[in-house]
Amino acid sequence: MTTLKSESVDIAGPTDVVILRQKVRAWSIELKFSLVDQTKMITASSELARNTLDHGGGGRCLMEMVSNGARSGLRLTFEDHGPGIPDIDLALKDGYSTGNGMGLGLSGSKRLVNEFQIASKVGEGTRICVVRWK
Amino acid sequence: MERIPILRMGNFLLVTIQVDMHDQLAMTLQDDLTNAIANHGSRGVLIDISSLEIVDSFIGRMLANISGMARILDAQTVLVGMQPAVAITLVELGMSMPGVKTALNVEAGMDLLRELVSAHRMETGDDDSEV
Amino acid sequence: MSKIAEILQKNESELLADWMKEQLTAVRRRDLMNDGELQAQSTDLLRSIASAARNGNVTDVSGSDWAGVRERLTDISASRAKQGFSPDETALFVFSLKQPLFTRLRNELAKDPNAMFAEMWNATVMVDRLGLMTFGAFLKAKEQLIAQQAEEMLELSTPVVKLWQGIVAIPLIGTLDSNRTQIVMESLLSTIVATNSKVAIIDITGVPAVDTLVAQHLLKTITAAKLMGAECILSGIRPQIAQTIVHLGINLNEVITKASLADALATALQKTGKTVVRIDKQNGKAGENKDGAEVKQTPERKGA
Repeated sequence: MTTLKSESVDIAGPTDVVILRQKVRAWSIELKFSLVDQTKMITASSELARNTLDHGGGGRCLMEMVSNGARSGLRLTFEDHGPGIPDIDLALKDGYSTGNGMGLGLSGSKRLVNEFQIASKVGEGTRICVVRWK
Repeated sequence: MERIPILRMGNFLLVTIQVDMHDQLAMTLQDDLTNAIANHGSRGVLIDISSLEIVDSFIGRMLANISGMARILDAQTVLVGMQPAVAITLVELGMSMPGVKTALNVEAGMDLLRELVSAHRMETGDDDSEV
Repeated sequence: MSKIAEILQKNESELLADWMKEQLTAVRRRDLMNDGELQAQSTDLLRSIASAARNGNVTDVSGSDWAGVRERLTDISASRAKQGFSPDETALFVFSLKQPLFTRLRNELAKDPNAMFAEMWNATVMVDRLGLMTFGAFLKAKEQLIAQQAEEMLELSTPVVKLWQGIVAIPLIGTLDSNRTQIVMESLLSTIVATNSKVAIIDITGVPAVDTLVAQHLLKTITAAKLMGAECILSGIRPQIAQTIVHLGINLNEVITKASLADALATALQKTGKTVVRIDKQNGKAGENKDGAEVKQTPERKGA
């Protein structure tokens, strides 16, 4: 996979979530995502940024425009040095129609993207990487 | 501090959300709306989100909360104008907002609000004949 | 410079003539390509092979020197695929270069059998690899065509129709996978907005089987429409489907379901405040409304 361009966005406060959304929108448009795909990616970035802020104590998001030969896509890597997630499987479960807590943000975002990877260590932090292909 | 304006139309309140809201703005809206319902004795709230291109779980919860709080204050809420892409994304996210009433646009929303308010009035035996 | 490269350099016109002759006997599709075009295509390819061989390795056709040849082969494969050539025919086009090349190698290296063997081996490896490339390129072009046609079919097979003011219907035909569901959702929801419809009828008469996954997809669509302010009615549920749904424990309690599209339409009309009224034939104009029915706005009941 090659990276065509990248930018790091700090997530320190609630306004940063909005800033990130706007940047993700701009890049999605540049990548010519369909309107629905744009919406899904921007919403996923909002969810994950919020998680980074609310549960990770703040962190950063690395935005990358990537290409794997034929396809181009948008990769977002959220990183924080917060408390970490003790039970990732539990965090990824959710009740489909209830909307509460951290679970929905993570598991919901997973459904909005094509690739989803999460690594977390209690006491050290969390890294979540998502990719949406054109 | 910036706030989202709330319009009053007789017994109803109308809110049009047009900006990409950050958390503070959303919380302020929640406060302002509940205060307005209480102060004016409003019976219905119409929330127009036809300009919102992104509704994440936070905003979704806020909208559901407003609907719940309004009901406790004896007001009906109708959410109008959700864009197709937003609806598709919310469903994929897992948010179905079960208690929230919706309509296609402001006109349909106002019709629905009037229906809901008068039905509610019948149910609760409210003598207030103002609409 | 290897013997092969030398031969390609010096004997271009003879090689070309022999190659054309080979092609005429091996496989000649005059119906698809005339002699002039074939000559031009062969000349162009031969020249680029000659130049690639001169610069470097004769057998390493995936190297950078051979980029020009690879590009030409891809173009030739794609254009021939479009013209209607089979992949064999395109590959044979390349393979038939062997005979002329071998003949010349034998002539030049008759006195040195070991060298002749080595160069002939190199020549065969080179041509084989180039021929195989045309197969790969041909396949890729066909796959792209299939993908494009599949997408077009998907779009065609999900029409949304307006049944009445404020009522749309989408007759689903065939299986409902997640890809198709996306298209159905987008199509249905955008039509709901465009036609300002409060009710959408999803008819699944044409859906052969409903399992948990299909049900999930249907429910997603129905939920999305509801979020936007439109109500969905599921119709065309065959008895076997109803059985499957119950056996699988799928919960359709929140959904209005009707066995037939006709029932769904009646419900939809009711929900949009309309009534179907019989016209008194004596008062109605002759020749109008053969069955004597008319759809009217349901009069409002007094005192809500």
